[in-house]
Parts: sequence; structure tokens; C-alpha cells
Amino acid sequence: MWRYLPPLLPFAAFLWFLPRVLPVARGETGEYVWSWVPGLGIDLAFWLDGLSLAFALLITGIGTICILYAGTYFAKDPRLPSLQIILLLFAFSMLGLVVADDAITFFVFWEATTITSYLLVGFDHESAKSRASALQALLVTSAGGLTLLIGLLLMGSVADTWRLSGMNAQGDLLRASPLYLWIFWLIALGAFTKSAQWPFQFWLPGAMAAPTPVSAYLHSATMVKAGVYMLARFTPALGGTDVWIWTLTLVGAFTMVQASIWALRQIDLKMMMAYTTVMALGALTMLLGQGSAMAVTAAMAFILVHAFYKAALFLGVGMIDKGAGTREYTQLGGLGRYMPITAIAIAIAALSMAGFPPMFGFIGKELIYGSLEDATWPWLIGGAALVANALMVVCAGVVAIRPFAGRRRIAPRAYTADPGWGLWIGPAILAGMGVLGGILAGRFEHFLVAPMVSAVTGSETGAHLALWHGINPALILSLVTFAIGIALYFLIDPIRKALIKADPKTPGTEDGYDWLLQALKDFAAWQTGIVQSGLMTRYLQTTFVLLGGLIWGAVYFGTPALPPLRFDLDLFEWAVVGIIVGSIVLVLLTPSRLTAIAGLGGVGGGTGVIFFLYGAIDVGMTQLFVEILVVVFITIAMVRLPRAGYIPFHRISAVIAVLFGLAITAAMLAVLGTPLDRRLTDFFEATSLAEAHGRNIVNVILVDFRALDTMGEVSVIVISGIAALAALWAGKERKA
Amino acid sequence: MNSLILTTATRFLTPLILALSVFILLRGHNEPGGGFIGGLLVAVAFALVEKAEGVEAARRAMRIEPLVLAGIGLGCCLAGGYWGGIVHGDFLRGIWPWYEEYGLPVGSILLFDLGVYLAVAGTVSAILFGLEEAGHAVAGRDD
Repeated sequence: MWRYLPPLLPFAAFLWFLPRVLPVARGETGEYVWSWVPGLGIDLAFWLDGLSLAFALLITGIGTICILYAGTYFAKDPRLPSLQIILLLFAFSMLGLVVADDAITFFVFWEATTITSYLLVGFDHESAKSRASALQALLVTSAGGLTLLIGLLLMGSVADTWRLSGMNAQGDLLRASPLYLWIFWLIALGAFTKSAQWPFQFWLPGAMAAPTPVSAYLHSATMVKAGVYMLARFTPALGGTDVWIWTLTLVGAFTMVQASIWALRQIDLKMMMAYTTVMALGALTMLLGQGSAMAVTAAMAFILVHAFYKAALFLGVGMIDKGAGTREYTQLGGLGRYMPITAIAIAIAALSMAGFPPMFGFIGKELIYGSLEDATWPWLIGGAALVANALMVVCAGVVAIRPFAGRRRIAPRAYTADPGWGLWIGPAILAGMGVLGGILAGRFEHFLVAPMVSAVTGSETGAHLALWHGINPALILSLVTFAIGIALYFLIDPIRKALIKADPKTPGTEDGYDWLLQALKDFAAWQTGIVQSGLMTRYLQTTFVLLGGLIWGAVYFGTPALPPLRFDLDLFEWAVVGIIVGSIVLVLLTPSRLTAIAGLGGVGGGTGVIFFLYGAIDVGMTQLFVEILVVVFITIAMVRLPRAGYIPFHRISAVIAVLFGLAITAAMLAVLGTPLDRRLTDFFEATSLAEAHGRNIVNVILVDFRALDTMGEVSVIVISGIAALAALWAGKERKA
Repeated sequence: MNSLILTTATRFLTPLILALSVFILLRGHNEPGGGFIGGLLVAVAFALVEKAEGVEAARRAMRIEPLVLAGIGLGCCLAGGYWGGIVHGDFLRGIWPWYEEYGLPVGSILLFDLGVYLAVAGTVSAILFGLEEAGHAVAGRDD
């Protein structure tokens, strides 16, 4: 019974959002702000207007249905709890994305949907194909996420606010900015990758490796619409320019037509639904590119239409899969008698998809055709829409008729019947929404579509949602669509075969992705071969040469003023210098490792004594203890090494060592030559005892004033200790 | 290494060094010293045991896995930070609950310094022991 608990969470959220439809329809907006990083002006700001509310309702409503469906679909699978938890996390991220009003908040939620969807697509993680698909989806969408981040930062710097609503209020400023083109392309890339627009469309069909409830949720109703949502959200800020109209219209139209053609190639019904989803996203991008009140009205209505029928169909296909054991329609037939509920739910949803009256889909399609009136290129858009819509009729026919009509095609499974209520209730509700949307079009317009349109364009809807507008061009185009679609439906088998034959010969953008990934791996291998020689001496030489070069550079380009040097040291101080120099000579000349190590200890000890002499007691003590431990450490390591006999003299190493030593000396002298800024010293001298109750300024700084630094350092110490142990234990069992 | 002098001296020296390390930790408040130096001194003490009686004896003497000690240290640092965070709203803000009344400068800062002490002591000892054991494994001998 636990599996019925998770759907209650999104359902509660749905019930919270639902009554807010009324004030939002009256034109009110809600704002919820919590301070997050006040120093940078970043808040956890949320904003509820028509657009975000409609998306929030879709996300929580369809989320409830899909998580409930998953609970039945995976009822006997031990992985169910983790699936439902990740789905909940995803729903939360998606919800945050659509209600966020702060650019950084928005981006964080955007990335959260990318990561959770990676986990969901790769849910079947024991399958290599599933993992590859998940990685592909992750790489493509997170690459877009990076460009989005840069775009948002640029927008924020131009508009001088992190609030999306604030940016939208300064659209003229943004469009006039010299950075506009950069902003547009960076944001558009983010939207195109997320919403699977050409040339990034390939990851979405690949992501069908995800379990059915996941695909229904992520790849129809929610995540892939995030890009479209962002385009709609930023329409007031960035829309209406030539590059916006051109790019979005062309990319959207091309994606739409291409995806609808490849949808006919699919045998797997779920894959067919995936391609029709890409088609729908293309249509939305195209309409938002147009940006007229008509086109935006059509886009907003189509978002709802598509969410209802596509989620229902994805879930319905999952029911066919459960009942008949396959999703390939060439093997299916005659299921209608055994699975009547599935058949009816799918049929209703498919009618909406095909755009037959009195479905919501009919209204959506009419609006798209209606928007041609004030379109930029009516012939191009009209032609593309006509082709895509006709092919949608074909796909709707395939999914609604082929599995259910005719004779049984495969041997009956022991159990072929409608699945339990947990599976069919969701598709039934969603299919029912498609009918309601058609019959109650006026209500839907008033409460959902009109507020959405006003959030995007700031104006009223360009056309009214109704089933009957009289005989007009849109209706005639609809009739033409039906005629072409029905005719093509009867030709589906030869068309599919021709497309399958043409598929390998058609260049696709996925090849580009593969090539890029391979090139990246090859480059990494090449560069690792050069940089990682595997020789400790080489690494140390590289490090010291680089460090020495940097220090010399700093000394050379800085303003070094040599301090007055004094050589009138006490006898005791000369003795310490003598010990250090003598130890160095010993290290250089001795043939024995052990002696060399002891000599190094002498150098370090002498340095420690110098610290004591000049009053840096803390540093001196630390230096001394570190020196003792280093000698112990190196001894342990060295004594175990094979005896090397005489230590050879490395000429290159000697040169590097001398240059590095001189660099340090020069740097120290340069530091001494610059006048001491006593501001910090004065501050700490004044506040150490008064505010931190300690007289040892060094320690007070370490553990109180700059304790965060110390915490970081201590963490690094522990982590490097763990790493050292891991290296020591690598490949062998540790002694108990 | 089997040196009677070293072994005998270790018996006396180790407790003394450990006591000194605690003294240095506390002394760091007003005089040179503090958690970092104290922690290093603890590691020196165990290095002495390890040299004199072997790594097994040193591990036994420590009684606790050194990395666990380091982890506890990090935990103390965090706790010291959150103490100020919860009481005062600022992470790592110093809190001295007994200072006003009794003049005792004891509180979140000392807890933080204790964390540094334990983390350094644990990590350095862990590497020391690990190095010695890995050396045994490489050389295949035990002396």
C-alpha cells in the first residue's frame, strides 16, 4: 500500500494550485520571495501568473497520474520506491522551474530536472543501451544548460536584475543591447536542446529507454516542454526581433516536419509517440517564433491539448505492452475485445491527437491554422503545419486502430485483459480532459489559456476557443488535413517500408554527436599521453619549472624594490646559517639516501630556528614538527626502496633547483622591499583580545576570524590523507 | 629496529609528549601553540611508538582507527561552526557561554580548535601507519 502514498504529494500540490486559477484569471499574480544570497541580489523568488500556474497544474496533475501509474506498473519490482522517489524529485524540480522568478533559482531547478531525468532515463541501469541513452540526454541537455547559464548572466547584467519579471519589464533595453544576439543564441540553444529541436532532436527518441510512466511524464508533458516554457517566458524580454522570428520559425517548422515523417518509420508505438512529441515541440517553437497574439494563443492551447492526449497515449501504450507483451503494432491486432477500457481511452486520446471535432485537439489545430492570418510566411508555416498535422492523423490512426481492430495477430498470452485501475484511471482522466476541453472550450479559455496568453504577450487572446467558427480557411484546411491523413493511413505499410530502407542512407545530426564525443575522447587520450608521463621525476620537474616561471614572472613584472640588506649578524645567527648551508652541501654530496634525508632535516630544522629567532614561534614550532614527521615519512618510504647505490647527479634537475631557489629568494626580497600595510595587523591587534578573548593573534585568526579558511584546510588535509591511503592500499587487501 | 634505549625512552616520552600536545592546544589561546601544532605533536608521539615498537603496537596504543579520529575532528569543527550558527545565526561565530560569568574562554572556538587538533593528528598518523604497512608489503619483510 506504500506505493499509493507518493502520488498524494503532487496531488496535494495540485489541490494547492487549483483554487489559484480564479484570482489569476482575474489578472492577479502571486509573488513569494525568500532571501538566498542577499550579497549578490539573488533570492529564492517565485512568481505565479497564468503561464506558470498552467504549467504547475499540468506538472502536479499529470505527475499524480504518472506516479500512481508507476506504482501499479512496477508493483512487483523492488526498484519501485527509488523510481517513485526520483519521480517526485523530478516533479519538484520541474515545478520549481516553472514558478521560479529569479534567474539563478530558475537555472538551479533547470539543472535539477536534467540530473533527475538522467537518473530516470537510465533507470534500467543494467542495460548498456539505457545507460548510453541517459548519458546522451544528459550531455545534450546539460550542454544547453551551460549556454543557458551564460545567457541568463548576460541578461541579468544588461537588465541589472535577477528577476525574470524584471527582465521581461525591460524588453526594449535588452533588445537594443549590443549583447542581444549573444543572449538570444545562448538562451535559444538552451531551449532547443531541452525541447529536442533540430539539430538536437535525436536524444528524445533515445530517451525512450526510460520506463513507460517516466516517458509519459518527462517526454510528453513536462521536461521537454521546459524549453518551450522558457521561450514563452522570455517572449516579452527577447521576442519579436527578426532573428527571433526567423530562427524559431524555421527551426520549429523543420523539426516539426522532419519528426512527423520519421514518426511513420517507427514500428514501436512508443517510439512513434516520441517522434510525434518532437513534432509537437517543433510546432510550439514555430508558433512562439511568430509571436503574434493568434500564434501565442494557438501555442498555449496546443500545450494543454498535447499534454492531455500525449500523456494518455504514452500511458495507453504502456497498457498495451502490459496486456499483450509487445509495443510493435505490426504484431498487434484484435485486442479491442480483450482490453476494452484501454481501447476506448486510447481511441479518445487519438481522436484529440488527430484533431477531430469535438475534441480539444480540433480546437488546437484550428487555432494553428487560424494563426496563419497574420503569420510572417503563411505559405511556409501553413504548408509545414498541413504536412505535420496530416501525418499526425496517420499516427493517431495507427495507435488507435492497428492494435485493437482486425484479427488477433499474436498468440494470446495467458493473461490478456485490461490492467488494474491504477493503470487505466490516468489515461481515462486525461482522455476525458481532451473531450472536456472541446466541449467546455470557453471555460478553458477563460481560466487557463487567456491568462497564459496574457502572461506571454501582455494582451488578450488573439482568437476565441470554440468548436464552430463558421466556414473559414482554417476549417477548410482541417478538412484537407483529414482527407490527406486518412488517405495516407491506408498506405502506412509501404510508406514505413520505404522509410526504413531510406533510414541508413539519410545523414542525421546524431552522427555529429557521436563524432564529437569520439573526437573528445581521442583528444583526451592524446593529451593524457603527453601530459601524464608516469615518471615522478618528470612531474616534479614540470611542477617546479612552472612554479619557478610564475614566480620569476611575478618578480619581473612587479615593482621589486630591494630592501637594504644587512650582514652584521650575531655569531649564533651565523652558526644557524652555517648549519643550513652545511646541510645543503651534505645533501648534494652524499651517496647515501639516509644521509641525504637527515641533511634535509637539518635544512628544515635550521629554518625553524630562524623562525624562533625572529619571533614567529608558532611558525617555528610547526616547521620543526613537520620537519620531524617528514624525515620519518621519507625514511620509511626510502628504506623500503631497492638500494640504488650511488645517487646519480641530474644536471637538468640541478638547473631547475637552482633557478627555483633563486626565484624564491628574489620573491622574498621583493616582498620585504614593499612597504608593509599595517591595516590588518592593527585590526587584529585591536580586536583579538576584545572580541575573541585571545592574546595569540595567529591562533585567533586561524580558529576565529578566518575559521572558515581553516575548516577548508583541515578538510583538505583529511581528504588528501584518505587519498594517500587509497594510493597506498591500491590493489591489495589491507592487513587487519 | 630493536633498540632497548629507544623502547624504554618511548615508554616515558610518549605520555609526556601527548600531555604536552594537550597543553599546547590549550595554550594556543594566549601563547604560541594551538590545534594544528598540537595535532602534529600527537603524530610525532605515535611516530615514536611506531619507530620503537612497530606499527602494530602504535595502532594498539592509539586504540582508535586514525582516520576515524580525523573524521571526529572534522565533526568537531562542523559542530563548532553550527554552535555559533544556531545560537547566533552566523556559521562559525564564536560563542563563549561561560566567559561573562566565570571568565572561562571556553566555547565553540575551543571545540573548533579541538577539531583541528584531532583531524591533523588522525590524518598524519593514518598516513604514517599506512606508509609503514605498505612498506612491509613491498619489501615483504618485517623488521
